[in-house]
Amino acid sequence: MAVVEATPARSRNEGVRLPRRTPLTWVRGGGLSTLVFLLPLLFVFGAFSWYPIVRTVVMSLQHTNLVQSPTWVGLHNFTAVIHDPLLPTAVKNTAEFAGLALVFGYPLPLVAAVLMSEVRKRRGLYAALVYLPVVIPPVVAVLLWKTFYDAGSTGVFNTILGWAHLGPYPWLQSQSTALPSLVLESTWANAGGTVIIYLAALTSVNPELYEAAAVDGAGILRKIWHVTLPQLRGVLLVTMILQIIATAQVFLEPYLFTSGGPANSTLTVLLLIYNYAFGNSLGGDYGKATALSLMLAVFLALLSWIYLRATRSWSTG
Amino acid sequence: MSDGPSRVIADNEWSRPRVRYGIGSQQILLLVGLVVFGLGPILWLAKSAITPTGDTISHPIALFPHGFAWGNLHEAWSQVRVGRYFWNTVVLAFGSWMTQLVVATTGGFVLSVLRPRYAPLVKALLLATLFVPAVVLLVPLYVEIVHPPLVHHSFVDSYWAVWLPAGASAFNVVLVTRFFDNLPREIFEAAQVDGAGPFLLFWKIVLPMSKPILGVVSLFAVLASWKDFLWPLLVLTNPDIQPLSVRLPSIQAQTSLGVFLAAMFIACLVPIAGFMIFQRSFLRGTGLGGAIKG
Repeated sequence: MAVVEATPARSRNEGVRLPRRTPLTWVRGGGLSTLVFLLPLLFVFGAFSWYPIVRTVVMSLQHTNLVQSPTWVGLHNFTAVIHDPLLPTAVKNTAEFAGLALVFGYPLPLVAAVLMSEVRKRRGLYAALVYLPVVIPPVVAVLLWKTFYDAGSTGVFNTILGWAHLGPYPWLQSQSTALPSLVLESTWANAGGTVIIYLAALTSVNPELYEAAAVDGAGILRKIWHVTLPQLRGVLLVTMILQIIATAQVFLEPYLFTSGGPANSTLTVLLLIYNYAFGNSLGGDYGKATALSLMLAVFLALLSWIYLRATRSWSTG
Repeated sequence: MSDGPSRVIADNEWSRPRVRYGIGSQQILLLVGLVVFGLGPILWLAKSAITPTGDTISHPIALFPHGFAWGNLHEAWSQVRVGRYFWNTVVLAFGSWMTQLVVATTGGFVLSVLRPRYAPLVKALLLATLFVPAVVLLVPLYVEIVHPPLVHHSFVDSYWAVWLPAGASAFNVVLVTRFFDNLPREIFEAAQVDGAGPFLLFWKIVLPMSKPILGVVSLFAVLASWKDFLWPLLVLTNPDIQPLSVRLPSIQAQTSLGVFLAAMFIACLVPIAGFMIFQRSFLRGTGLGGAIKG
């Protein structure tokens, strides 16, 4: 590469001796075959990820229904969504779902994982049992629980609770119990994945920390409190925000269990988006649907950002 | 999930009866809870799939008060055409698996082994998609399938509408790229010195060395496809080509409870069998990626 002192007299030959970047050298250097290898990725992500993401922003500023050609409407879709009387209901239900899911589903996997990590024999059996609901197809899980939730006195849950002279409960058919019933099934279906993540994190805790704590006279509970929990802090914080992001997009449960009923008590933001786009047989309002999905995405991004900033001082150190 | 030495409770603590029986009983309680809540619903489904509908409705917990109804399974498979939908599910899963594998391996090969100048840009664009919630894609993707740009032909009711978008999983590409990153580069260099071009390098060296990660990607690809509901519901409108998960809600309306539960049981069989065979891959904590995808 040291051909810096190229004089004007020699410059005619330079093109031959210096590896200049021309299309031909690019092809000879393997540039073309590299691009051939990259083609599947570029095509699939371009067509089904990058392009639709950009398209969302465009569509949220348009009136589109696939019948007429789209027209620009500015922020009209956003104001229409904000003034939709169903939006506060959907937001409230979604927040309630996410909150209840944290109450039901956040501490439980941690307790289970800590207990399981101390199992001395057949830990694999525990892990397999805990993960089994996660591999059941979600549609089967929801429809199976819908059968369990039968509100009659011979429903599965009502029969079992009847042994203790409880119920019968209306489960999905009452405005006050429908949403918690959905959360219960969702927790059942998803908790196993979190347990496995915690189990993996628990095995990476440095055993010397426990030994040091024991030397200082710490019992089992104090070791859990002063060593295990602080060591899991990072994982615990990440699973919490991931769970919030996932539950904020809950769709399958309200769609299959209750279609948002009774009296909109299980209408979630995602179900509202679905209804805007696909709920009307006369043609969807894709503008409003994309506007609301963008609002949700921006909200979740802001929430994660604030969350990560607020917890940064805890998660490291 | 090996039964390694446990950490919080030291051996000398474990030998104390109070600890041993205290913790031990909690663990047995946990096991009972796991059997009842984890296994229970699935066992109930298996039992009810072969119980006459009347018995399941009037005595849901009783064990076969009036004998079996093996006919449920047969009726579900042939009359309600679960066999057909099962086959559709297999075909959909196979195609999605293929696209995911092709995109992840070729993409990972470029980003990790060939490393062109623009690789960081592609990587950044890939990682960016991990931060976009799935809901943002739903509507524009649907519109794109109904009215694709350039090609003026709707892809509704074509399996390509499910197969191709499945390939756009940044998580897969990241997973495979990381695995390729850890392969010894000296082998690639030696192969190149011996005159192997990128195609030979990819096919004869990188892929054979990557069986473990390809197994993991395949497992999650097939399972995810088997579980998928909303997307195939939107783009496959013809019942004849819909997968089992999309058909189940309609089957419920068409048939008796017993046959419906038999259909649901059939829908669970493949994922459960796959899980039992490949337990270790599932339980190694790779599931975190699934959590990210939401």
